[in-house]
Amino acid sequence: MTNLVQAEALWQVKTLSDRTVEAIPDSPWLATGFFLLGIISVGALVAGLGLVLIYLERKIAAHFQCRLGPMRVGWHGLLQTVADTIKLLLKEDIIPERADKLMHLMAPFLSLLATVLVLVVIPYSPILQIADVNIGVLYVSAVGGFGILGILVAGWSSNNKWSLLGAMRAGAQIMSYEISATLALLTVVLFAGTLKLSGVVQSQADGWWIWRAHGIGLVAFMIFLIASVAEINRTPFDIAEGESELTGGFHTEYSGMRFAFFFLSEFVNMFVAAAITATLFLGGWMPFHIGGLHGFNAIMDIIPPVIWFLGKTGFLIFLIMWFRWTFPRLRVDQLMKLEWKILLPIGFVNLVVAAVAVLFDVYFFPRN
Amino acid sequence: MTITPITLADRISAGHAAESPLSTEEYFVNMGPQHPSTHGVLRLVVRLDGETVREVIPVCGYVHRGIEKMGEYLTYRQFGHLTDRMDYLSAITNNWVVAMAVEKAAGIETNDRIQTIRTICAELQRIQSHQLWWGVFGMDLGAFTAFLYGFRDREMVTDIFEETTGARLTMNYIQPGGLMYDIHPDFVKGVKKFLAYFKPKLVEYDTLFSGNVIVQARLRGIGCLSPEAAVSLGATGPVLRGSGLACDLRKNQPYGAYGKVQFDVPVGITGDCWDRYWVRMEEMRQSIRIIEQLIDGIPEGKHMTIKPTSKIKVPEGIYYEQAETARGILGVLIASDGGEKPYRIHMRSPNFNNLWCVTKAAPGHRIADLVAILSSVDIVVPDIDR
Repeated sequence: MTNLVQAEALWQVKTLSDRTVEAIPDSPWLATGFFLLGIISVGALVAGLGLVLIYLERKIAAHFQCRLGPMRVGWHGLLQTVADTIKLLLKEDIIPERADKLMHLMAPFLSLLATVLVLVVIPYSPILQIADVNIGVLYVSAVGGFGILGILVAGWSSNNKWSLLGAMRAGAQIMSYEISATLALLTVVLFAGTLKLSGVVQSQADGWWIWRAHGIGLVAFMIFLIASVAEINRTPFDIAEGESELTGGFHTEYSGMRFAFFFLSEFVNMFVAAAITATLFLGGWMPFHIGGLHGFNAIMDIIPPVIWFLGKTGFLIFLIMWFRWTFPRLRVDQLMKLEWKILLPIGFVNLVVAAVAVLFDVYFFPRN
Repeated sequence: MTITPITLADRISAGHAAESPLSTEEYFVNMGPQHPSTHGVLRLVVRLDGETVREVIPVCGYVHRGIEKMGEYLTYRQFGHLTDRMDYLSAITNNWVVAMAVEKAAGIETNDRIQTIRTICAELQRIQSHQLWWGVFGMDLGAFTAFLYGFRDREMVTDIFEETTGARLTMNYIQPGGLMYDIHPDFVKGVKKFLAYFKPKLVEYDTLFSGNVIVQARLRGIGCLSPEAAVSLGATGPVLRGSGLACDLRKNQPYGAYGKVQFDVPVGITGDCWDRYWVRMEEMRQSIRIIEQLIDGIPEGKHMTIKPTSKIKVPEGIYYEQAETARGILGVLIASDGGEKPYRIHMRSPNFNNLWCVTKAAPGHRIADLVAILSSVDIVVPDIDR
């Protein structure tokens, strides 16, 4: 037990919302400041992620394809995304004549909203987290599933058959893969014994769940990664967009800024998926620890938690991009088959095995 | 007996009931004329039941330029240049068919050098056509990287052509009576360099794409075309060979220098997308084999047996000649009244017949499969419309 107490003392979590609450009795102005800081930092994060990830994606894609990628605007094309954003903002925003105007206008924001809401609870480091909801894991899966609404509304309101097909595909796909993702989440919740995201991270002080929970963690990690890639509509699961089949799917009829919003939410989604996977299975901001080896753990602690978090998330983002630039697209029925006939049974069995493992306390380096 | 013509509109609005216990409705979608997977301006009217394709009706004519009619006002030498614009990925073979027909009809002799160079160029052209197809096929299945790999390697072939003919796409190289220019001094070196470069790349193609489990799942058993159906639709080239019939004019009626070289004709078994895919991959290897056998022994001689300014007159009569392009049999029918210009000229393009295979192969599959089938048939739209 001492080990855990030590770890918790070392990794005291203090979120921005905690600070706000603490500051209210003393100085309401400071509280307001913290509150505004939270809002601004999420906004900045979305914009920053958009810029960085789109540039990274283009560069990584280029190098996978034996070309250079953006090279002209700024040093090695660093400002290319900025130039593209300005172009998209200045472009005409076309709404099809017979589209449902209100819905059509709303859809991109709905899509972005879901991702922004998840960004709020991600633990970036012990002191860098905006809100630490006590049902964090549940919140993530609930709010994350909200993103489908934007896609469905976009496809429905566009009054275009290709868009509708894309939206329906996305609906079926995201709903199905949500189940597998949730099952994999539950495995981690069983091991961690908490729904709080910071609690999940702290529970990995003796080792990340991906290897600490024997094979169970690894299987759950794989299922969660596949399901996350499917949920964020990226190749090989990008059937909702499927530009060679559906000419862009749900966003066929979108142009200018609204298209940019879909684009942005796709990239921020990718970050969210990678960050959640890293938090649950790769220890989030927790350095690489091996239970009991205090000397080794102390050396690992030298690297600050934010770097650990970004490193893990960055690796997963690279992995997801690697998928995209290597794999072809699955067909819609094959996608469903993969979920309902392969991932779901494995996920269920894995969950039962996990429950047994937790009940009899048989994981690596059991909690002392 | 009265014949009631069924128009496109009738077929679209027929509204057949779907085979489903739920009350569903079939609907139609226009795939094209602007669609990323129709490779040009082809329009497919697709009758859909949810995601399932019930019927495909191709509508062509969006790039009709009246090449055959224009041919009636041009001399035979001039008409050759127009054929480049039909199937632009087989420009040299198109030239060759016209040249072959005119040479045979007008009794123009050619020499071994001309025939060998023509054969090498046609095979290079076949390789670059299949490279482009492979890239685009990958893109249609959602693997964008394949597209750039295909184009990267195709660049080397187009560079070789550019060196010799001065053009990269519409090359106007083969003329009745010989070749427009002699080969560039670096031609042989360039071709050898390309072959040495490209052989390992074919292995790379397989590791990147062919062996991928998703590719296999997407292609195997999809869009099966029986040999009977393929023959009845007039399919030729890799589409016919994919269905299991070893029909290759290069082997069956050798022309050029094909009689002198050893090569195999790959055939498929089930006629699905995978078979068509594999036939084309294998054809690239066979083309490399053909070029390797010819490239070292290009005979000496003139590149043109007649004067470039001489008038070519074809005796009165009807002449037909055909050759195997990268997509199938391209035939040219010349009706001559004995003058310098054809009275009537008609091209039998492989793409037109191959396109109709989609109508047979696609129903019952999904939209994504329709894209794969269309891509595995490998059509070039300007050749269909001419």
